[in-house]
Amino acid sequence: MSNSHIIEVEHLVKRYSDLVAVNDVSFSVDQGEVFGLLGPNGVGKTTVINILCTLSRPTSGKAFINGFDVVHQQSRVRQCIGLVFQDPSLDDRLTALENLEFHSRVYNIPTSVRKERIEQMLRMVELWERRRDIVKTFSGGMKRRLEIARGLLHRPKVLFLDEPTLGLDPQTRRRLWDFILGLRQQEGTTVFLTTHYMDEAGYADRIAIMDYGKIIALDSPQELKSTVGGDVISLNTEDNQRAQAELQKRYQIEARSDGEHVSFEIANGERFIPILIKELDTEILSISLRRPTLDDVFLKLTGHQLRDEAVKSELKEMMRQYGRHQRRR
Amino acid sequence: MNSLRGIYTIWYRDLLRFWRDKMRMITSMAFPLLFLIVFGSGLSGAMGMLAPGVDFSKFMFPGIIGMTVLMTSFMSGVSVVWDREFGFLKEVLVAPISRVAVAAGKTLGGATIALIQGILILLFAPIFGLTLSPGTLPQLLPVMFLVACALSAMGIFLASRIKSMEAHQAVMQLLMFPMIFLSGVFFPVNNLPPWMNILVKINPATYGVDSIRQLVLGAQSATSLGVTVLGHTMSVGEDLMVVAAFGLVMVILAMWSFSTQE
Repeated sequence: MSNSHIIEVEHLVKRYSDLVAVNDVSFSVDQGEVFGLLGPNGVGKTTVINILCTLSRPTSGKAFINGFDVVHQQSRVRQCIGLVFQDPSLDDRLTALENLEFHSRVYNIPTSVRKERIEQMLRMVELWERRRDIVKTFSGGMKRRLEIARGLLHRPKVLFLDEPTLGLDPQTRRRLWDFILGLRQQEGTTVFLTTHYMDEAGYADRIAIMDYGKIIALDSPQELKSTVGGDVISLNTEDNQRAQAELQKRYQIEARSDGEHVSFEIANGERFIPILIKELDTEILSISLRRPTLDDVFLKLTGHQLRDEAVKSELKEMMRQYGRHQRRR
Repeated sequence: MNSLRGIYTIWYRDLLRFWRDKMRMITSMAFPLLFLIVFGSGLSGAMGMLAPGVDFSKFMFPGIIGMTVLMTSFMSGVSVVWDREFGFLKEVLVAPISRVAVAAGKTLGGATIALIQGILILLFAPIFGLTLSPGTLPQLLPVMFLVACALSAMGIFLASRIKSMEAHQAVMQLLMFPMIFLSGVFFPVNNLPPWMNILVKINPATYGVDSIRQLVLGAQSATSLGVTVLGHTMSVGEDLMVVAAFGLVMVILAMWSFSTQE
């Protein structure tokens, strides 16, 4: 393996009794890269993270972090990684400060910089004023912020973020990303991120798209989007099936239908719309054009949407957080 | 050095949590005190003297100290199950400290809390007519701590493999009560029916309770109330050797169990 790769994964497999959660996954991540693992819930993203951070052993295959084997050199791996878990992992009977103090002791952060760093982190996530409060009294969003502060506290070489900004308001999310990207610039921190937020994946230098335990595409967001080919036009018509057939017959366009909309990609979409309106026999109810997103990439690669329920539950969570936020003001 | 720091940090957190929870500190004193007051007063008259100068209250007091230490340390494993359920265990398991240190820190944390609870009960000694000589405490406290360490290691070991609070509750009750009832807390362990005699003698808690009782009651009780194994009456030192051996096995098991956690 080469030295410039800070994460190296070779033919990783994780099998639970009758389920293959990770199915022969290989990839590598460069030092200082922001690498995104994208996919719906339950396709094995968290399993990959758990293996990489030594919480779970692979059934077969190998993985190295900073040159250390995640199975045989666990404690060396642990020293150079930071984690923000998907589920809460704070001690909610202790104060915010005590949680960070525990962390800094365990990660052996020198006493001389400990205080200053804890303050910096708590200010970043805007919890400095609440530092002496018991974590139990925090809202979900506040806990999440504290967890992020903790994951960054020891300035890890590789920062693992498992759905990091789930339930955060847009402001906090942006501030967090500013900080993470700044850290990358200053300290060369590598960021490994799983998400099903498309816009968040846009921060990544490269994205691996995962579906049913396999990586089905790996490239920069731009490259991935360009595979979609041109612009995306979505139609809503009187009879979507007929429209689909017509598009095929008239223009040799393979359109996809997700029930409500018929969509397809085409170069120079702006010019195609007038033609379409003039020529299509099926009555068009609405029409829209947009640049391809990672959603389209995913849809094209897999033939299905990033699972809807995941998005819905996330929306609910956001609304809840937002409501709380408003009420407190 | 690294391991020591890890052990200390884990230990410190457990103590901090214990200190926060004053309610728990007080409520866990209620049970042993209830035993002492109700059974002690209720049965002292009926039972008469168990040994020269030792009525039932005096007999039971060191037993209850032992019970408090046993129960508290045994239950300390609940913190592992708790941490698993609330996610904090993950933070501990991915930390760059060895799992051996985690197990050791947890064991010592549980043992320290058990020792504190034991001392709190010990403060009531004068009420039950017991005076402890100043020379006793420096011997008694380390003994209590050793017993606490052994049982705490056992509690941590069991808890490390239990996934839910409910299961933990069930296992504890299934194991803890027989261990306490058959350890000579409530009655002298000589002259028992043979089947019970065997159970009592293979119960490591018996030797812990016996060592505490011998130290608290002094030489006066040693001869007539002591535990006899194969015709030999155990001295405090021999009791402690049994406890230490048991504790060592449990500590090793706890460390092994944490090291292989996923």
